[in-house]
Amino acid sequence: MSEQDKNVKLSDNERLKRESNFLRGTIEQDLKDEITGGFTADNFQLIRFHGMYQQDDRDIRPERAKQKLEPLHNVMLRARMPGGIIKPEQWLAIDKFADEKTSYGSIRLTTRQTFQFHGVLKPNIKGMHQMLNSVGIDSIATAGDVNRNVLCTTNPVESELHQEAYEWAAKISEHLLPKTKAYAEIWLNGEKAETTEEPILGSNYLPRKFKTTVTIPPNNEVDVHANDLNFVAIADNGKLVGFNVLVGGGLAMTHGDTATYPRKADDFGFIPLEHTLKIAEHVVSVQRDWGNRSNRKNAKTKYTLDRVGADVFKAEVEKRAGVTFADSRPYEFTHRGDRIGWVEGIDGKHHLTLFIQSGRILDYPGKPLKTGCRKIAEVHQGDMRMTANQNLIIAGVPADQKAVIEEIARNHGLIDDNDSEQRKNSMACVALPTCPLAMAEAERYLPSLIEKTEALLAKHGIPNDSIIMRVVGCPNGCGRAMLAEAGLVGKGPGKYNVYLGGNLEGTRIPKLYLENVGEDVYLEAFDKLIGQWASERNDGECFGDFVIRKGIVAEVKVSVTDFHA
Amino acid sequence: MLLGQLNAAASPLSQEQVQKLQGLVAELNPIQQAWVSGYLAANANTAALGGVVGAAPSAGEAAALTILYGSQTGNAKGVATKLKEQAESRGLAVKLVSMSDYKPTALKKEKFLSVVVSTYGEGEPPEDAETLHEFLATKKAPKLDGVKIAVIGLGDSSYEFFCQTAKDFEQRLNKLGAETIYQRADLDVDYDDEAATWITGALDAFEPDLKAQQGATAGQVVSFGAPATAASQYTKQNPFAAELSLVQKITGRDSTKDVRHVEISLEGSDITYTPGDSLGVYFLNDEALVDEVLELTQIDAAAIVKLGEEELSVRDALIEKLELTQSYPGFVEKYAVATGTPELLKLVEDKAAMREYIEPRQIFDVIRQNPAKLEAQTLVDCLRKLQARLYSIASSQAEVEDEVHLTIGLVEFEAFGSEHLGGCSGYLARRAEEGCKVKVFSEHNDNFRLPANDETPVIMVGPGTGIAPFRAFLQERDAREASGKNWLFFGNPHFTQDFLYQVEIQGYLKSGLLSKVDVAFSRDQAEKVYVQDKLRQNSKDVFAWLEAGAHFYICGDANRMAKDVHQALLDIIKENSGKNDEDAEQYLKDLRSANRYQKDVY
Repeated sequence: MSEQDKNVKLSDNERLKRESNFLRGTIEQDLKDEITGGFTADNFQLIRFHGMYQQDDRDIRPERAKQKLEPLHNVMLRARMPGGIIKPEQWLAIDKFADEKTSYGSIRLTTRQTFQFHGVLKPNIKGMHQMLNSVGIDSIATAGDVNRNVLCTTNPVESELHQEAYEWAAKISEHLLPKTKAYAEIWLNGEKAETTEEPILGSNYLPRKFKTTVTIPPNNEVDVHANDLNFVAIADNGKLVGFNVLVGGGLAMTHGDTATYPRKADDFGFIPLEHTLKIAEHVVSVQRDWGNRSNRKNAKTKYTLDRVGADVFKAEVEKRAGVTFADSRPYEFTHRGDRIGWVEGIDGKHHLTLFIQSGRILDYPGKPLKTGCRKIAEVHQGDMRMTANQNLIIAGVPADQKAVIEEIARNHGLIDDNDSEQRKNSMACVALPTCPLAMAEAERYLPSLIEKTEALLAKHGIPNDSIIMRVVGCPNGCGRAMLAEAGLVGKGPGKYNVYLGGNLEGTRIPKLYLENVGEDVYLEAFDKLIGQWASERNDGECFGDFVIRKGIVAEVKVSVTDFHA
Repeated sequence: MLLGQLNAAASPLSQEQVQKLQGLVAELNPIQQAWVSGYLAANANTAALGGVVGAAPSAGEAAALTILYGSQTGNAKGVATKLKEQAESRGLAVKLVSMSDYKPTALKKEKFLSVVVSTYGEGEPPEDAETLHEFLATKKAPKLDGVKIAVIGLGDSSYEFFCQTAKDFEQRLNKLGAETIYQRADLDVDYDDEAATWITGALDAFEPDLKAQQGATAGQVVSFGAPATAASQYTKQNPFAAELSLVQKITGRDSTKDVRHVEISLEGSDITYTPGDSLGVYFLNDEALVDEVLELTQIDAAAIVKLGEEELSVRDALIEKLELTQSYPGFVEKYAVATGTPELLKLVEDKAAMREYIEPRQIFDVIRQNPAKLEAQTLVDCLRKLQARLYSIASSQAEVEDEVHLTIGLVEFEAFGSEHLGGCSGYLARRAEEGCKVKVFSEHNDNFRLPANDETPVIMVGPGTGIAPFRAFLQERDAREASGKNWLFFGNPHFTQDFLYQVEIQGYLKSGLLSKVDVAFSRDQAEKVYVQDKLRQNSKDVFAWLEAGAHFYICGDANRMAKDVHQALLDIIKENSGKNDEDAEQYLKDLRSANRYQKDVY
């Protein structure tokens, strides 16, 4: 099968990748352009492959237009941190940079288990990359049509298994990384070296973004069904023996385009460890060659699978890799949330998971979270882990350090015993004011939505119960609302589509319940539904299961047929 | 002559030219016609001057009064013109010449000379007086024994070196042997009455000798430097009440500066302007301040006072007619006497202490800190007339038609525990409402003009609000589809907050109107960078442009920026041509004489 019908016009992104001289473009010229704070033409897209998005402060965009000033262009940087592990000394460096060189002064933990800087002005970009490089961090390929930051379940308890899984995550990340030296040349003043090929990604890179995880059941923290490629760890007596490979998950869709839909991943079967990189490489290569390069809305792996058939795709991977998938090994997901607070690992070390609302680490009045994290990093001897739920784990604390760490955390609002279950199970993407795609508020709106939901739970006598609730500014999927029990997807200012029916394990796609409605409408609906749930649910029945059983929304079993039905 | 009657026989034009002219004029609206008439007049004038100036003195060699003026904003030229008119009405032969058009060697042929010159900044001569001012202090200056002179200066007594240039001229001329036959007057900003008195006195002094030498010959009147644009009926004395259409802040929300883009409608007036001109703007004083002043001096707001011939309430006078912000020694002196305040009286004796006292204070601070019961008329008599503020115009009529745009930095500072605002900038930025009327007039400035040749390249250096006239230049060149290259240097503290007209500049770069833009945002990095540094970084190109005939313009701060840019230019010339200091200076002087190096600085 050829990847392209020759008569179909390629998308413009294909042109710009092809003409970019392996992601260099004319970025260096733009850096010298003192008349604009932004990047021009193709470079606007190309910097994404280097881990940055051009954004602006959308709150003041109209004001600046009147002032005859261009939008307040800046970049958001997303680091490459496979498995979300960051060392305290790295933390101290990024903490300092966030303070001194970003407009928002924050470190934003994201669902891709990494951190983002928001509001970096053009003159500070090179310095930022050099600072990161000096502490062993880069941002290569954390955005753009490439394999992005590889996730890995943070599971601090089974420390050995985690260590093995993490090492695989790091290896996969390295293996699938672009080979071009453009990043080092442009940002690190590296020696100019001609790039002649990209053996895995191809000179045109991938048709669309590609996301990979390494997952340790029973925790589905990484949300496998939101990812193109998942290596589900199979252990034997606590020792990693291989992976079940799940392909073709993804949550992004476009409002009003029924050819787009969130889709769960298919289980291709089991592979032993030694084939891991080969399989990773060839799932990528098949998607590289077969993915749709003319319509970006139909370009992700999930659509390729539905178009050619999962079995055909799988057979091609087997053929190219020279590896046959064995039958899937049994595994089970039971939950997705982080266990907030202390746990003890089997190695006797202690781990403290800090709940960070919306992942935004900043000094708030009365809650100096950022200072607290810095003080912890100053004394901490283990590592720190950013979770896919946007929380932070202080991992590997020896028993005699527990008290010190806990005291700092409490003094800085990083441990707050008053945080409700509802708060801990709610999530939002960044959205306004920085994300150019956002159609409605998310992160800034979440706290008030939580309070209102808490009030409804209390009103119906179940204040300690919770609903996995996720708010996103657009249907692109960063906040994974399409795997929530109740997901709000931004449609316009103050307006959302409301989806219901995901489950606790993250194995069911929710379905549209209300379209393009304001807060008064959906809060009234939540009031009624939570009331019903409180009085009519089965023992231990979660909200998402309840709304399916009651037929409030139909279950989405096969996305391509059911989601828009 | 009406255009309809125009024919080849009655004019110096060919029939073909007449037809072309008639065709063109038929397409023009009245504003465009006025502009064209001014443009042609200036053009013809420039052409004529090139050939005539050197030989000019012969015209009235026997006995004519030569009036030399050096004018920055047009005020000195205005006074000089009045002097000329008065002289003519007495039947005296008179020549009116701008110092920039005057050949210093012609001095030795003069018998009667009047100098009308303003001073700006820290005692500096206006641009067009610089060469003559300097020449008089050199050994090349001729002996002037027997020459009779009268000098009048214009200035602003709130500056330390008040009318310094006029003093210099008189002193230097005297030193060369010229005799002052009428006492010099140093005019302050409110100068109309005093100027008229001086003109009468000076002409009385000149008249007997002039007439004696002139004999029976009728006055041969030769006038140079006629106004380039058709005169409007609206003047400084008779401003037009124009609608304020827009006051828009154009610095970002986190800027340390508050700069406003102001649009005023000239609809209903016959005011026209040319890029490079200024707009005079009258304003109203802050009513709250006026009421405070009345309370401090225990004056009834309704009390009637006399201002010249006019009678009005003291409150109205203070709001509309009198200066309450910009302080100057004359006020402190009068107020000290009127109130008998000992501390203030002491200052009158001590110039330095007076300077120091005035520096941080506006007029109302002096009253606030020294309150005393006064008669309404007494207070009014202490104050001088409110003066219009002049702003470089930031638009071209080719683009905005009957609008006029300004770029105004709000003067604001904290002093003595309260916020202080500039008189006019405070009015426009804080108190005036869009849609209200503001009194304006245009002031022509022939010393700041685009090259007549559209192919000539221009370099514009305009940091801060100095960008204003260059926005006008760019609009004009855009409308004229001028093919000459344009290079802009701009600077301010911060890129994200203070890049005035950024989006327009980006548009002009994209369209190709601007060939180059170099920006210096001084506070965006550890080491401060200014426009002069950017010039130096581009040394080779700047020199190449100059060699290719570029005109070089500076607008903005006179005290530091313009001097630093001047020095940078000298260095650039030396670096690229191997000239020594003196020759580099000469290079710039030659540029200036050719009207290729022009400044609008304040």
